[in-house]
Amino acid sequence: MTAPLGLVAENITRAFARSGFTLQVDRVEVPAGTVLALLGPSGSGKTTLLHILGLLERPDAGRILLGGRDVDARDQTARRQIAAVFQRPYLFKGSVAANVEYGLAVRGVGGAERAERVAVALARVGLAGYEPRSALSLSGGEAQRVSLARALVLEPRVLLLDEPLASLDPLLKRALTRDFARILRESGATAVWVTHDQDEALVVADHVAVMNAGRIVACGPADDVTELPADEWTASFLGVEEPQTGIVEHSGEGLVDIGHGEARVVVTGYAPAGSAVVFAVQPHDVILFEAGAQLPPTTARNQIAARVVSSETRGATNYIVLDASGLRLAASVSRAASADLGLAPGIPVLAVFKATAVRWRVSDQLPNHASGNGDSID
Amino acid sequence: MQIFVDAWSEGWAMLISGSVGVWQIVGTSILLSGTATLLALLIGLPVGYLVGAKRFLGRRAALVIFNAGMGLPPTVVGLVVAMTFSRRGPLGFMNLLYTRPVVVIAQLIIAVPVVMAITAAAVSAVPRDLTLQARSLGAGALRVGALILSEARMGLLAAVAGGFGAIISEVGAVQMVGGNLEGDTRVMTTAMVQFTRQGDYGPALALAVVLMAIVIFVNIVLTGFQTSADHWEAGAR
Repeated sequence: MTAPLGLVAENITRAFARSGFTLQVDRVEVPAGTVLALLGPSGSGKTTLLHILGLLERPDAGRILLGGRDVDARDQTARRQIAAVFQRPYLFKGSVAANVEYGLAVRGVGGAERAERVAVALARVGLAGYEPRSALSLSGGEAQRVSLARALVLEPRVLLLDEPLASLDPLLKRALTRDFARILRESGATAVWVTHDQDEALVVADHVAVMNAGRIVACGPADDVTELPADEWTASFLGVEEPQTGIVEHSGEGLVDIGHGEARVVVTGYAPAGSAVVFAVQPHDVILFEAGAQLPPTTARNQIAARVVSSETRGATNYIVLDASGLRLAASVSRAASADLGLAPGIPVLAVFKATAVRWRVSDQLPNHASGNGDSID
Repeated sequence: MQIFVDAWSEGWAMLISGSVGVWQIVGTSILLSGTATLLALLIGLPVGYLVGAKRFLGRRAALVIFNAGMGLPPTVVGLVVAMTFSRRGPLGFMNLLYTRPVVVIAQLIIAVPVVMAITAAAVSAVPRDLTLQARSLGAGALRVGALILSEARMGLLAAVAGGFGAIISEVGAVQMVGGNLEGDTRVMTTAMVQFTRQGDYGPALALAVVLMAIVIFVNIVLTGFQTSADHWEAGAR
C-alpha cells in the first residue's frame, strides 16, 4: 500500500462564459489519509472543483499541491497518483476484468500481476469471481462496485468520488454508503467525495466542505459543520437548526453560561465572560416534558421552559418549534409522544438537553439582542 | 415468366460451370471495390474520428459536408473525375482514364464521405464522460482514442459496410471513368447494364445473383457481429 498524499487547492478560479458561473475557492485542504466530503446543491461547483483537484480540468488561476508539490494536468506522474469514480460508472464494453485492469494496462503492469491485482480488488468490493462477466450486464450497484474496484486496483494516493451512489435506489445506496466508507478507510487513501446528501457525507467523511454558488461557505470537521452551520443558508441546505447568537455571562469549571435574551443555555468549554458566541442545538438532542412534570433523574443541565410555536410532521416524527423567552429551540418527537404531550401551538413544555449537545464557538459579531437586554460587552 | 426461367437457367449454368467471363467480372468488382473501401477507411476513419471526438471551430460545417457527401450523386463524381483525367483535364497527362486506378479513385470519392459521416456519428455517440473516466485512470491521448474507437466499434463496422455497399453496387461513375472495358474495368454493375442492353439476360441475372449474395453476406456478417456482441454485453455469465 502506497502512502497517501495530502491534497491542497489554493486561489482557484474557473469561469464559464456561457453560463456566467464562476468557481472561486481560496483554499481547500485534504490532509493525507482523510476523507473530505464536498457537499452542496446541484450547480454549486462541486464537480468542477473535483475535476480541478483531479487534474482533469485546468483552472483559470490557482494551483494544486499534491504531497506539497505543485502539479497540473500535464504532470503524468501526478495524474497517475489520482483515480476517480463518477456518478455513472461508465464501464467500458468488455469484461469486468478488462474494465478493472484498464488503469493497470495504462501503467504497463504485466498480465499475471494484473490478473492477481484485479482478483484482489474485486474481492475487496465484494465481487470475487466476476472477472469474466460482461461489464454491461451488471446491476447498478454491481457496476458502481466495479467502478470503485477499477480505481482501487491502482492503489491511488488520492481517490476522487463524484456522487458515486447518487443514481442508486435508497436501500442500495444506504448499504453501499457503509461499504464504500469501510473500503475507503481500509484503503487509507486521501479521498474527496462529492455529494449533496448530508447523511452520506457524515458516514464517509472526516471533514466536510459546503459549497454554494461556486464558493466554499463552510469547511471543517464533519460534526462541527453540520451541527453548527456557518450561516442561515448552510443551515437551510443541511436541514438543521440555524445558529443563534449569545453572550457569555459566566464561565468556569468547564461550563459556560450563554445568555440569549432572557434565556440561559449551559454549554461545555471555556470562553471569557462577555464574549459574543454563536451556538446551535439540534432537534434530535432535545427532549420535551410536560410543563411542571416531575423529571426523571437526569444529568442534562439545560431544562428550559418554552411554548410550542408550531408542529410539523416530518416522516415518522414531528418537528416541534419552541419559543423560550426569545430563544428558538426545536425538537424531534415521535408521533406517539407528540400526541401524549398534546403538543400544539401555545402549549407550555419543558425542553431538556445536555450541555454537551450544544455546539458553539466564539463569534466576532455581537448578537442583535445584546444591547436590548442590558448585557454589557467590553 | 418464361423469360425469367430461361435467364435463370442460363445464368445458373454459367455460375456453376465456373464461366471465366462471369467470375472474372466478379473478381474485378471485389478487387476494385475492396481496394477503394480500404483506402476510404484509411482516410475516413481518422478524419471521422477527429470530427466526432474533438470540438473545434468549423466542426459543424465539416459534419454538414460529410452528410451532404453521403448523398453525392455518383454520376456527378463520374463526370468530375472523367473531366479531371481526360486528355484535356488537369491530370490528363497521367493517362489514367478508363483504367482500374481511376475507377478506384471515383469509388474512393463516393465512399469516403460515407465512412467519415458514419464514423463521426459513431464516435460522437460515445459519452464524453467515458473519455473523462479513462483520463482519470491515467490514460493519455492515444489510449483514450483507442478506447473511443473500441467503444464505437459497431458504428465503425457500419462505416465499413456503408462504404463498401455504396460502391459495390454503384454503376454510373464506374461506367463513366472505367469505360466497362472487358477483362479490365468491367465490373458487375456495368456488365449487367451491358448484358441487359444486349438482351443477354442470362449472364446479367447471374451477376445480379452474385451481387445480391455479396450484399447479403456482408450484412449477415455485420449483423452477426452486432447480435453476438449485444447478447454477450446484455447477459453473458
